[in-house]
Parts: sequence; C-alpha cells; structure tokens
Amino acid sequence: MSNASPLLTLLIVDDEVPARLRLRELLADLAGDLPNQVLAEAADGLAALAALSHRRVDVALVDIRMPTMDGIEFARHSSQLVDPPAIIFVTAFDAYAIQAFELNAIDYLLKPVRAARLLAALHKVVGRRPPAPDVLASLSLGARRHLACHERGRLLLIPLADIVYFRADLKYVAARTREREYLLDESLSHLEDEFGECFIRLHRSVLAAKETICGFQRNALDDSDAQWQAILRDVPERLPISRRQWPLVKSLLRAARG
Amino acid sequence: MRSIKQNLAAQPLPDFRNAGVILRILLGVNLLALAAALVQGQGVDECVQRYMEMAVWVQPLLLANVALLASLDGALRHLAVWPGRLLVVLLAAASAAFFVELWVAAGFDAGGAQRLLRAGLLAGGTAAALLWYFAQRSSVLSPALVEARLQALSARIRPHFLFNSLNAVLALIRVDRQRAETALEELAELFRALMRDHREMVPLADEIALCRQYLDLESLRLGERLRVEWELRDVPERLNVPPLMMQPLIENAVYHGIEPGSKPGTIRIRLARQSDELHIELVNPCHAEGDHQRGNRMALENIGERLSLYYDLEARLETGEVVLADGSREYRVHIVLPCRGERA
Repeated sequence: MSNASPLLTLLIVDDEVPARLRLRELLADLAGDLPNQVLAEAADGLAALAALSHRRVDVALVDIRMPTMDGIEFARHSSQLVDPPAIIFVTAFDAYAIQAFELNAIDYLLKPVRAARLLAALHKVVGRRPPAPDVLASLSLGARRHLACHERGRLLLIPLADIVYFRADLKYVAARTREREYLLDESLSHLEDEFGECFIRLHRSVLAAKETICGFQRNALDDSDAQWQAILRDVPERLPISRRQWPLVKSLLRAARG
Repeated sequence: MRSIKQNLAAQPLPDFRNAGVILRILLGVNLLALAAALVQGQGVDECVQRYMEMAVWVQPLLLANVALLASLDGALRHLAVWPGRLLVVLLAAASAAFFVELWVAAGFDAGGAQRLLRAGLLAGGTAAALLWYFAQRSSVLSPALVEARLQALSARIRPHFLFNSLNAVLALIRVDRQRAETALEELAELFRALMRDHREMVPLADEIALCRQYLDLESLRLGERLRVEWELRDVPERLNVPPLMMQPLIENAVYHGIEPGSKPGTIRIRLARQSDELHIELVNPCHAEGDHQRGNRMALENIGERLSLYYDLEARLETGEVVLADGSREYRVHIVLPCRGERA
C-alpha cells in the first residue's frame, strides 16, 4: 500500500435510508483524515452486486439484515469477484453474528457508528481480502437465496426459486432453470445439505426441486439402475431416479401432495 | 385505576376440587379435633380416647362436607367473595345440625336444641377458621408469584429496534432537526411506557397513542416500505387494558412482516367494540422465514400468558396464517377482551 493515501472508494449497503445517510455524513466528516468517495449505495445485497458488476470499490460497508439478500450472502458472492472489495459489516444488534465476527477476526462496526471507530476500521481494512468463503458460509443466517455462476469474467446470480434441478457432471455441477443451464462451482452434496428443504436427491448425480416434479414414468431404456424417471413441470427433460432413492422419492412426494 | 394487585388482594375461595386443598381441609379439621381432645382429656390415654370418640362424629361430617363443596365448586365460583365464604360457613353449620338430627333418629344421641346449636357453631367456626387460613395462604403466595411472572413476561424492547432508531435519529439531526427532536421525544415516551409498573392497567387510548408513536419511529427507518392502516370503530377509549398489550404485537408485525420484504407492505390494525367485547385484529404480510416465525411464536405466547394473568379465561388470543387469492400470505392476530373495566 502506498503512503500517499489515494482516494478510498466505497459502497454502502443498507436497507434503511437514514442508516446510509448517517454513514455518508460520517465519511464526509472523515474526508480530511482519509480522502474517500462513496461510489454507490444499495438497499440490499442483490442491488449491491449489481452495482459492483460495472465498477470496483475498495471497501463495502454492509448491513447484515436486509431483504432479498442479506449482508452475509452478499459477502459470499462478492468474494468471488475478480477484484473483490474489503468488507466491513455494520450491524445494530446481532449477538450471534458479532460473536462469530470476533472469532474469525472479521471487521465489523456497531450502529450507531462512531466516526473514530469507522476511521480505524477503514485504515485497518484497506487492501484486505474479504473473509474466506467457508467462514462466511458458517455465518449464514439461513440457506442462500441465490447461487453464483462465473461466465466470461462476469458474476451471474441465479435465484434459487428459478432452479428446476442440479445435475453433476464429471467436473461441474450444472443448475437448470426454465431457460438454460448454468455451471456452478459447487458440490452436489453441499447443495443437498443446504437446500434439502426444497430439493430432493433423485439419483447419485441429480438433485431436483420438489415442487417441480409432477409425475413419474417407467424408463423406456432398459437401465437396471434407474427404472423410473421423474417428469418435470417446466422443462422437457426426464430425470433418472435411482433404484435406491425410488421409495424415498415416492413417499416424500406423496406426503407433500397430501 | 384497576390493578392486578387489588384483584388479587380479594382472595377468592379455594379450589375445593384441588387435591391439595382437600388434603389441607382433612388435616386441618383433624388437627383441631386433636387439639380439642388434648384440652379435654387429663392424661394421654384419655386424650386418645376422646379423639377416637370425636372422630366418630367428625369424620362422616367432614367427608360429607368435602364432597359437598367439591360438587358445589362451580356454583360457588359464581358468587362474590364474601357471600361465597358465608355460604361455606352456613353449609358446614347446617350439615353439622343435620348430622346431629341423623344420630338422634338413629338413637345414638339424645338431641335437643342446645346440642344442635353447639354442633352448628363448632362446624361453622371450623369452616371459618379454615377459610381464613386459605385466604392467608393465597395472599402470601400468589401476588409474589404473579408479580414475578408478570415481570418476566413484561414486554422488552428489541435491541435491534433501539439501536437502529438511534442511528436513524443521528442521521436526521443534520438534515431535519425538527423530525429528529420528535423522534427522540417518541423514543422517550416509549421507554417511559416500558419502564412503568406493568401491573397497572392503562386506558386504551394511551396504548393506541403509544402504538402510533412506535409506528412513527419505525417509519422513520423503513420509510415507504411501512404502510399502516388503522380502523377504529366505536372504541371504548377509556377502557383499561394491560399495558403494552398491542405494542409488542405491532413490533412483531413490523419485524416479521415488513423488514424482510423489499417491497412496501401494509400492517392493518382494527379495533372494534362488539357488545361487551373489544376485538383487536392485527394483520401483516408473511415471509417464508422459519427462524423468524419461531421468535414470533414466543412473543405471542408471552402476550397470551399475560392476558390470562389479567383476565383469566375472559380474554382470547387467536392467531393464524391466511393464504390470499393472489397466493400471498398474511399473518393475523386476533385478541378479544371483556369491556368491563371501562370507567364512566
């Protein structure tokens, strides 16, 4: 880092207008000590990622509880950017999160934020890498609501609700939405752990959204491992159901249909 | 002002169907009989003899009275405290007289007006002494218990709300000083209400005003996202209600119904008087978040328990999720209170 203290660029992410205003005010007060510029503001994690898609910033000040995409999930996705911002969480009161931040040496500020604290945090954080993805994953408030996919240097976010099934190939896991497939850097078993509530394992290599399965048919091919196939509501493909999973799939879906 | 303290000061009759109460009656009467035997007899042998003789008299009468009171328990509960006590004493006296007559008819006793009067006075006196004991016992026990439970249950503000509100006020000081001043005043009022003695009832109008101030503070933070619709119909403003009965529920509605959504959401608050009941309905949008729902249920159980401490069975709290025609879901809380505490 150079000593000439170049202009520090920032992104403010908070769903409350006054909270963003307050941070702006404080940053303006600190401009003498630490030249800075707020390049963008966002009301939730998703909007913040959109803002980061066409500009980079040094530091993101991120609230934790936000609608659509919370601060932790934002940090998980943004850490996969080519030039990710350093992250400082700003929270009013999340006892559980604060404990975890302390434990993992993650930078955070408490609302109402004090100017001196903000300055110290900014000095400390510049140039830092964002927290490691697995640390952030352990902090999650719940299952992610979006999955990230890198495509030609861009970060695409797929809403979980749009995903019909995941299929594991040799190296990748592909997520199928109604429109197309996305390649993800995930493992099928992790996905199953995280989203087990709405997805069900049909086959060693297939995880399908429970509510898109609308019927079953016998496999026309004489596949001894998968005698049955699942018919899906939104896509034409049939998915194989392994012999081992078949009783479970049948009973789970019958229970769901009630 | 009606208060839960005074409510408890006038101790009601004991629950005559309660096994503990029955046991205490049996033991109490027998102890009295033993004391009487000790006073009458010269030596220990004679005392035991006396007690046995008395038992022949006392036990059937005692058992008959215990059975009678247990079967009358429902009816006794409808009476005010003093007429109820009087009735219990008279019942004991009358049944004692009746038993004397029974013994006379069976040839065990000579009878006579003096004997009747003596039996009645002894039985009535014993009943009165036991009632006094029960009243003492419950007045020692329950206020402490109820107070402790009320303290534990009394609404506490979410720190999340407090710190976010203070943060919002800080932001306002430079851009809109007047609004910041109002907000701090509202925050002060809210804290005053939170720190008040939770046993004192408050007029409904005060509780409604408090809720409006609270919602005003929330709208400072949430802006356009928070919409509130009030509907007040024939509301008995001077009706005394438990303090902070609505505010925690509205806080819940904001926390679970508005904050998790990025689009504007509406909280509907309806208060209406229907004959002798006050109906309060709170509706907020639902978001699919399991964790949030758990916290919500705790707060609701809390209010439900407070309502039952104040009103016993006369208040109701119902909750439920409703799926609307457009597929969105709403969470509804419905409270029914008796309208009796109204001051003229």
